[in-house]
Amino acid sequence: MAASGGEVADDPILDAVVAVAASAKVTVTTAGPVQVVVEVGREDYPALVEAARAGGFETFIDLCAVDHLAREPRFDVVVNLLSTQHTRRLLIKVGVPNEDPSLPSISMVYPGANFYERETWDMFGIVFDGHPDLTRLLMPDEWDGHPLRKDYRIGSVPVEFKATR
Amino acid sequence: MAGEVDNPSFFLTTLQKGVNWTRTKSMWPATFGLACCAIEMMATGAAHNDMARFGMEVFRASPRQADLMIVAGRVSQKMAPVLRQVYDQMAEPKWVISMGACASTGGMFNNYALVQGVDQIVPVDVYVPGCPPGPQSLLHGILTLHQGIMSGEIQRSTGVV
Amino acid sequence: MSDDTRDSETEGLEGKQVSDGRSHGAEERRRVHDLWVAGTEEPDWVATATDEGAQEMLPRELDPGLAAQRGVTVVDDYGEPTGLRGDELQILNMGPQHPATHGVLRLQLELDGETILRSKPIIGYLHTGMEKTAETLSYMQGGTNVTRMDYLSPFHNELCFSLVVEQLLDVDIPPRAQAIRILMTELNRVASHLIWLATFGLDIGALSMMLYGWRERESVLDFFEKVTGLRMNHNYIRPGGVAADLPDGWETDVEGILEVVRTGLGDYEAMLNENPIFVDRTQGVGIITPAEAQAYGVTGVNARATGLDYDVRKAFPYSGIEQYEFDVPVGQHGDTFDRYLLRMEEIRQSLRIAEQVIETMPPGDYRATDRKVTPPPRRRIDESMEALIHHFKIFTAGFDVPAGEVYQAVESPRGELGMYLVSKGGPKPWRLHVRAPSFATVQALPVMMSGQLIADVIATLASVDPVLGDVDR
Repeated sequence: MAASGGEVADDPILDAVVAVAASAKVTVTTAGPVQVVVEVGREDYPALVEAARAGGFETFIDLCAVDHLAREPRFDVVVNLLSTQHTRRLLIKVGVPNEDPSLPSISMVYPGANFYERETWDMFGIVFDGHPDLTRLLMPDEWDGHPLRKDYRIGSVPVEFKATR
Repeated sequence: MAGEVDNPSFFLTTLQKGVNWTRTKSMWPATFGLACCAIEMMATGAAHNDMARFGMEVFRASPRQADLMIVAGRVSQKMAPVLRQVYDQMAEPKWVISMGACASTGGMFNNYALVQGVDQIVPVDVYVPGCPPGPQSLLHGILTLHQGIMSGEIQRSTGVV
Repeated sequence: MSDDTRDSETEGLEGKQVSDGRSHGAEERRRVHDLWVAGTEEPDWVATATDEGAQEMLPRELDPGLAAQRGVTVVDDYGEPTGLRGDELQILNMGPQHPATHGVLRLQLELDGETILRSKPIIGYLHTGMEKTAETLSYMQGGTNVTRMDYLSPFHNELCFSLVVEQLLDVDIPPRAQAIRILMTELNRVASHLIWLATFGLDIGALSMMLYGWRERESVLDFFEKVTGLRMNHNYIRPGGVAADLPDGWETDVEGILEVVRTGLGDYEAMLNENPIFVDRTQGVGIITPAEAQAYGVTGVNARATGLDYDVRKAFPYSGIEQYEFDVPVGQHGDTFDRYLLRMEEIRQSLRIAEQVIETMPPGDYRATDRKVTPPPRRRIDESMEALIHHFKIFTAGFDVPAGEVYQAVESPRGELGMYLVSKGGPKPWRLHVRAPSFATVQALPVMMSGQLIADVIATLASVDPVLGDVDR
């Protein structure tokens, strides 16, 4: 576990959370508001999320995915947590490879993750094991493909003007 | 029959005009506000730009009781069959105003998620441009529709008159 | 198809057939639409497309989501009635085209008489692919895209986008630009809460509230039109500052707004606060506990009504808002009436901030002078070739933003609106994810509506102020 970036000061809350995950890597940026990012491997991800919940990050803010396309692992799933008691945020990043795009679901730890995981499945095709109802959320049920992937075209239609005919 | 006869009688043309007049004077819109244009549509119905002076402030939720469908907002792929079903449930004569850029052509969102123009699903009588069109633009569109009906330019019924 | 699904739904319920009292031929007839415009052929898929097989409600015993719907640390005592016969349950569909769903939200309700047992919100009817579109627009154009997301508070979307981009850029925003941003966003909060009040009153039955709310909003919109040129969806707050300076005489305009809205608020409170019908319909209705709110990510007024004191403006201040004095009202019961009172008080506090902005507006630039980000003033384009090229480059190619991944949040009228930006150093975002506050709120609706009557569903749904543009993006 390595801490890099601006802050060198003690952070007992974060240390307690990160202690459960051997593969966790902490990055702290202070360019604007302080941003703490913990990158973790897939195997340690559920334990880390539960430790975060126990460590005071009781508010679930966001779960999203990023498609890096030319990078290995291809996807990044970012979980955004908030602690109102300590007034701080925590970003947890997990890499998800293209060959096996799956991740354990955290909807039993944070019920709020339910819709966010469904949306991520809908838009990226990342399967969340243990999710109670992993169906399409934003696109119609019978839609083919995962729109927010980088290899999915924007789907624009050519614009035709009468005068050009 | 007024449309088929070469020399429509005086009685039928006056009846046609009378019917057109009644149709424009209390045309009830169906609630089909989808996105930002819906807010401007509601503003048109509010006190500042009053739609009630044209007899139109009653937005009927049930399409059976509505004459006019103002498609206000962007129509997504999931919403398209719903739009068609609501349109089909409206009774003749019915008209459609496509309000805003997204409803008319897909607007600034030329992508996979939106139907590029609601006229791909339902026949449209008047297109109102704007993003969103202000209440005055929408009223202009509505009055254009009224004028079209009064002059006989827009015929939407399959009956006698 | 509907026949099959009804069978599977009742299968778990002691195998009793639900009698629908209709003949078998009715299923076939129901799918044929008699009325269509002559000459258009109706495609096959239209008839069955709204059935949406996957969006069914499973039988209660088989529903794995039931545990998740009930929250995590809260004791579940929603008062489930005992001795319920299987054939008394009914699944009712509300929406997506519905006068009271505040947009295209579809709610599937499992009813026992008029009491809701379970509910399931089905969204996606306004999905616009905004996050995908954002990847194709430059940072100067990005504001036009995000501003249409939460269309009742466009300035907040623009502000969040500008802030998240500026976090990656190394640019100082002048204090005047920051003050203008706060002024516009707080006035937008007033306008948004007024619409909320109007539609809330309409849904509860206070029809006059609908007309009054829009009336006050017109004065705010007039001011917006004067400053930005548009009543809605402005693209005024851009990375680097704001698009144009405030016009002369803006202080008088804002003071006029303050007066009009304050008088109006007094009228509305007199009309609604002690009204026994209103109080009966809103007190004790749509309750959510603080633990549930946090577990579901409900923020904003909906969370503060439960007693949680969290406001992004106080916790993570942005754009110089910490220099203004304002209070954040916090409720205690977590019901609809508390949410109503909180929003009324928030309008007052936003007006207080606007007043302070009038008094303390600093002179200076309305946008950063960093030439990389800011286009030159328009009259210079006629005078100087460099200015013309500079303007051209910024508006066509766009400016590059250094690589990085950041999250930034603002307090929108609906809660914490956040954006997560991933930039790879180009002129367009690699990924822009919007954390919409209404998304979490709609997800928490089943918790708030369980055990209530249908009429309470309307009141609850109106009081949490969802905006479907936010939810579906």
